[in-house]
Amino acid sequence: MGLIGDTVDSIKSIQTRQLLSQAVSLGMIVTSALIIWKALMCVTGSESPVVVVLSGSMEPGFKRGDILFLHMSNAPIRAGEIVVFNVDGREIPIVHRVIKVHERQDTGEVDVLTKGDNNNGDDRLLYAQGQQWLHRHHIMGRAVGFLPYVGWVTIIMTEKPIIKYILIGALGLLVITSKD
Amino acid sequence: MHSFGYRLNGLLTFSLTILAIMCAITSLSDNLNTPSPSAEIQIMNINWFQKQPQGNDEVSLTMNISADLQSLFTWNTKQLFIFVAAEYETPKNSLNQVSLWDAIIPAKEHAKFWIHTSNKYRFVDQGNNLRGKEFNLTLHWHVMPKTGKMFADKIVLTGYSFPEEYR
Repeated sequence: MGLIGDTVDSIKSIQTRQLLSQAVSLGMIVTSALIIWKALMCVTGSESPVVVVLSGSMEPGFKRGDILFLHMSNAPIRAGEIVVFNVDGREIPIVHRVIKVHERQDTGEVDVLTKGDNNNGDDRLLYAQGQQWLHRHHIMGRAVGFLPYVGWVTIIMTEKPIIKYILIGALGLLVITSKD
Repeated sequence: MHSFGYRLNGLLTFSLTILAIMCAITSLSDNLNTPSPSAEIQIMNINWFQKQPQGNDEVSLTMNISADLQSLFTWNTKQLFIFVAAEYETPKNSLNQVSLWDAIIPAKEHAKFWIHTSNKYRFVDQGNNLRGKEFNLTLHWHVMPKTGKMFADKIVLTGYSFPEEYR
């Protein structure tokens, strides 16, 4: 009873100005995170400069839960590069290695075939119906570096959204009840 | 100011920052390594060389691949992904790269090897341009680190060519 009374008292005792200044600092934190994200998008030239590995198709090199840093340049796509691509009609990007490249003489356009290191067959089964090759516009970036395990935070928050709500709720409560 | 929550927050932030710096330094240490790899590929036999019903040439070959890639390994290397690709030019395509065989080398001891194998992946052209054509065989490697930047490079071996006639 006393604990509930104390909490209610502390919520009642918040002045408007303090609340506003806390809201502004929260907004500043969120905005600077967004600025950093957009700046990364500019620097790496890729729509999503960091991706989380979701499947085991590139093991043992990349395990589920690793994050990959991407970079996209105008350099031509060559065999052996690890690329991240979106199949038409699918949202989730796939990270696999290029195993075949056919580049046209006249237009410079390129036909690309990919395969996951840990898969037995190439990715034709994953492409859209009737599609035999990937083209440059499907590819979002090349993987240039990676960090192990860090992506698990994103995977847990996506697969069990309840944890996301718990975290945000707890953070919100902390902000409201903190004394400075 | 000194409550448990603040201390925990400060501790977490500090340890994450230190961890990130350590990962960056580990990755930078890979640049100190100067590798000197070597490789040799011999085509032992052209098993068959046909034109498919759709009009594309296909060839099956057996190769002897020997390489010494031990100098590419550093303390930060998790594995080496290597593959052999055939590269050639056709009237329609300025560059064709077809991967024939690949392997994962998990440790330095396995990086000096010799293997006799036929092509793991089908060698199919876009068209029927392969008769009598010269091509290069390149051994590519991709150094996959425990953390940080990945490196890739290759050795190009020239002088191979397809037979003049189907067989």
